[in-house]
Amino acid sequence: MTNAEIFTKICTLIAPLNKTGTEVQPGTTFQHDLEMDSLTVMDLVAEIEDEFDILIPLNLLPDLETVQHVTDAVEKILTKGA
Amino acid sequence: MDLLDKFDHIVQQRASLPFENIDPFTVVIEEILSETEAVIGGRKTILAGTNNYMGMTFNEDALNAAKHALETQGTGTTGSRVLNGTYSGHKNLEKTIAEFYDQAHCMVFSTGYQANLGMISTLAGKDDFVIIDADSHASIYDGCALGNASTVRFKHNNIDHMERRLKRLPEDAGKLLVVEGIYSMIGDTAPLKEMLAIAKNYGCTTLVDEAHSMGYCGEHGRGIAEQQGVEHLVDYTVGTFSKSVGTVGGFCVSNNPKFDILRYACRPYVFTASLPPSVIAGAMEAVRSFSRSGNRMAHLWGNANRLHGGLKNAGFNLATESAESPIIAVNLPDMMVATHFWEQLMLEGVYVNMAVPPATPVGINLMRVSICAQHTSEQIDQIIERFIRTAKKIGLELN
Repeated sequence: MTNAEIFTKICTLIAPLNKTGTEVQPGTTFQHDLEMDSLTVMDLVAEIEDEFDILIPLNLLPDLETVQHVTDAVEKILTKGA
Repeated sequence: MDLLDKFDHIVQQRASLPFENIDPFTVVIEEILSETEAVIGGRKTILAGTNNYMGMTFNEDALNAAKHALETQGTGTTGSRVLNGTYSGHKNLEKTIAEFYDQAHCMVFSTGYQANLGMISTLAGKDDFVIIDADSHASIYDGCALGNASTVRFKHNNIDHMERRLKRLPEDAGKLLVVEGIYSMIGDTAPLKEMLAIAKNYGCTTLVDEAHSMGYCGEHGRGIAEQQGVEHLVDYTVGTFSKSVGTVGGFCVSNNPKFDILRYACRPYVFTASLPPSVIAGAMEAVRSFSRSGNRMAHLWGNANRLHGGLKNAGFNLATESAESPIIAVNLPDMMVATHFWEQLMLEGVYVNMAVPPATPVGINLMRVSICAQHTSEQIDQIIERFIRTAKKIGLELN
């Protein structure tokens, strides 16, 4: 799966949780632009894990601020394993 | 730059809550009258938010043992368990707890928080995985943060969600599943029977925190694993002395023959002072008295059912369908209503815990009541009446 395909899939998962109506760009941040609280982020992480059949360890989360960060992390896990 | 600036948003959120007379975050108990009553704000108040489930804080045997230990052994040990801080009392208490749980080994920690912190961070190393419930207590999250393992979390009490994650873990990796018997905020029970069986199928080591279930769940009061008949699937049980035992401290019990290495490897055990002799003596008497506390246990469950039924009949929205524990949580529509409700209830003379975000998930605003075995049925009825009166006063519609 390409980076762009992963990005598109993640955008689809964000859509129902996007309460601000912000258009999702690679640089869009979860906390500030999408105003997601930590529990919404947690639900989203769970959705992403199930969509790609992977695990995103909790320890990685502080570094994943933007949609692109998450896309890259998913790509890395898919190619190398968690 | 003031390093505390990063907390300004919390300060603002606290300041925006319209408390007029009393604030739940700054409550001072001026005088403690008994297990169930205190003077707060000059008012005699029923305590219904203390986690003092078995009402052991004034247990006569515990008081006498604590007093004697204080007078003969002094106010504190002034040392770590691995240096000068191990007295015969500490060893005796460990033996008592191990026997209570029918396990070979026990380690006593200075708090329950440190027990989780120490066990989780020490058991799971760099290449291992810790699998936790999303609603875990802060001590479990902090234990994960202190250690070097990867942490994976699943949706609260969701067996399928847990199994899907276990399936994705490398087969040969070290895995520690951490769950609680009863979750402290809404007082619901974990489906340990199913969860532990699945975890064992995937080769997990299991740790169960019975902090909120000790003393009154299961035949001997060992907790939810005993109640559900799955103690044999638990590798490590963690607990606390600060709830049903009525004092402070934590412990872990296990049958693992290599257990004692933890006394050297577990930093939150090693690098802190051990519990004072009076606390140790009080805890030991309280745990011993559990075995003669059948009536107390029955009365506690009676109280929990009476309160749950009474509030449900009155039309309150309760967080659990039935009383699964002595924690009865009432859902309120938003933080403002919760604020008014809590303050008015205090003026009526009932202390409960206000649990709102960020301590609870967004949209969950609770009046968390915890019941004590020493509450009389009359006190339970008074709590119900005062809840109803408070709802009327603040204009909360009941169904």
